[in-house]
Amino acid sequence: MNTTTANILIVGVGGQGTILASDILCAAAMEAGLDAKKSEIHGMSQRGGSVFSHVRFAPKVHSPVIPMGNVDVLVALEEMEAARWVDWLAPTGRMVVSGTRILPANVTAYPEGIVDALKQRVSACLHIPADRLLEAAGSEKYVNVFLLGAASKGIDFPESAWYAAIERLVPPGTADANKAAFIAGRNLS
Amino acid sequence: MPKELMSGNEAFAAGAWAAGVRVGAGYPGTPSTEILENLKNYPDIASEWSVNEKVALEVGIGASLGGARTLVTMKHVGLNVAADPLFTAGYVGVNGGLVIVVADDPAMHSSQNEQDSRHYAVAAKLPMLEPSDSGEAFLFMQTAFSISERFDTPVLVRTTTRLSHGQSVVDNPKKRVMPGESGFTRNPRKYVMIPAFAREAHERVEARLLEMAAWSSRESGLNRIEMGSDTSVGYITSGVAYTYLREVAPQASVLKLGMVNPLPLDLIREFAGKVDRLVIVEELDPVIEQAVRGLGIPCEGKSLFPLTGEFEPGMLGVALGLAPKPQKPASFPVAIPPRPPALCPGCPHRDVFNTLRDMGAVVTGDIGCYTLGVLPPYSAMDTCIDMGASLTVAQGLEVSGGVKGNAPLVAVIGDSTFAHSGITGLVNAAYNGRNSMILVLDNGTTAMTGMQPNPTTGVTIDGRETFSLRYDLLAQAVGIKPENFREINAYKPGEIRSTLVDMLGRDGLSLVVVRGTCVIFKRKQAKQQKGSAS
Repeated sequence: MNTTTANILIVGVGGQGTILASDILCAAAMEAGLDAKKSEIHGMSQRGGSVFSHVRFAPKVHSPVIPMGNVDVLVALEEMEAARWVDWLAPTGRMVVSGTRILPANVTAYPEGIVDALKQRVSACLHIPADRLLEAAGSEKYVNVFLLGAASKGIDFPESAWYAAIERLVPPGTADANKAAFIAGRNLS
Repeated sequence: MPKELMSGNEAFAAGAWAAGVRVGAGYPGTPSTEILENLKNYPDIASEWSVNEKVALEVGIGASLGGARTLVTMKHVGLNVAADPLFTAGYVGVNGGLVIVVADDPAMHSSQNEQDSRHYAVAAKLPMLEPSDSGEAFLFMQTAFSISERFDTPVLVRTTTRLSHGQSVVDNPKKRVMPGESGFTRNPRKYVMIPAFAREAHERVEARLLEMAAWSSRESGLNRIEMGSDTSVGYITSGVAYTYLREVAPQASVLKLGMVNPLPLDLIREFAGKVDRLVIVEELDPVIEQAVRGLGIPCEGKSLFPLTGEFEPGMLGVALGLAPKPQKPASFPVAIPPRPPALCPGCPHRDVFNTLRDMGAVVTGDIGCYTLGVLPPYSAMDTCIDMGASLTVAQGLEVSGGVKGNAPLVAVIGDSTFAHSGITGLVNAAYNGRNSMILVLDNGTTAMTGMQPNPTTGVTIDGRETFSLRYDLLAQAVGIKPENFREINAYKPGEIRSTLVDMLGRDGLSLVVVRGTCVIFKRKQAKQQKGSAS
């Protein structure tokens, strides 16, 4: 197995900005001079289903899909989705988990105890409660980029690569707010 | 050269523009939709959303005969719809190059079946290319047009979800090369397929296949042997599976195929001679494997890999004996409920399904968002086969007399699907005197694939205003009694119920259009208006 490739899996629910966050990460990797590939599923999943996006970067990347059990960083924009994908994490992998809770259609009670179970399984599990997240990100709109900032700590791209990617990809007029959210996430301790 | 991150679909469009494509046609379908959506943004290309894939391909054939390099796009099941022109298009050949991109969906992320389109290339005797990443998608598109004109044949290009919706780096010089101009020249012997002319054409098609196979082996540059130090085993692969194989076996000896029909048989023989054991790595059907066996060369393939679903590098490594079987992680202590896609909160057509369920109706369904009416809490759909089958399966159920008791029988179809293949079913019902109750759920757009305009929308792919299909006139044209036609508002659940009850009590064919704009489409329109105002 090619172990030098960085494998980031970003997961969430349709409409949360999962794909945009992965677009920014992939573009930043390219800005940083690396080969980068990404794989995701559109279509049915847009209708409130689970959304996932694989991002990989290295001097040379082959597969756009991360081998199961090889994810270095799992970024979950929704709590239940973190649990759904935790098996993809490598033994040394870390997680950034949003406390955002979105009930699937036809489910009335949100399952309890997810965060404790995640922390028990993954030693490097950063869980950010929903209220704290909103305050730190500035708005619900920037939560995805805030979480990307939090996940970016172990990724040594130059700052300029991140900013260039954010500026190019976020909706017009939101670059500054998104950059602020990214920095807030990056500085999260 | 400027490097760019592109999805496979963006790269197909960029490659088509670079190849001097002047006409694009297609019907939306995941994962193919974004090819044409991107192509329409390039200058000097006439693009259209066609009514369906058969129409798109026929428009494409005409454009090619008129001298334009032409791109036609569709998903795998769309190629079934276009199969009729496809088989004869090969006989007629081209004037301007004609390339058909077909997007398969292994694992059925958003499809009703998992068919392998490579069989079409074999059956219709057409060349087929299969790129592995966005960079190749860009380059192969340009090669495909050269092949089309050089060998006087339409060319199929196969993609899969992981290529179409994956992103990778493309070297894009952003340079467009226009082929020499040639208008339409009358040539009935080539373009009119009466049996006498078609017999000659079939001879040409067979000879062309042999020529292309030899060319593919010798000079196409589309296939390559990558020898590693280990020759105890060699792999033949193509498409995205190549990237998975390289992931788990970076040093292995590989024959990477870019042209999957006709196969470069000489190259395959050469490669087989260099390795002790041959393994074919292909998703879905054993198309390459069977061809290699046909050469009398022993190989393995589907004895190691599943026939269904998509590959993933981890499973590939295990199947090839290159990695140990991973230990199954302990099950997560908290039960996580599934999160299937669902009709959106605020979707105007949810009440239709609530009403149908409460009425105990037998519902023949169709392809689109509204197929999700099969799931709880609606549980209001009994069949879904293909585009347009709601109307026609209902007719068959009626003829069979198989719906017992008093359960009402209702066909439910969306607006784009109705224009695509519903209208022929409507004419059939009228012609044969059926009593179907047809419900068109019109949300003003082709929603499931991401809001493409269609003949009921009133605009074209490039935003030009056009007519929008008049259901009332259509009903009149097929002889539906005026009292058996109704257009109602999706936001009035009471009206939905009373209308259905009323219509089901009437004799003869009836058509009810339930109008309610898609909530996502509304949001998108509001954003665009805000954007254009500021």
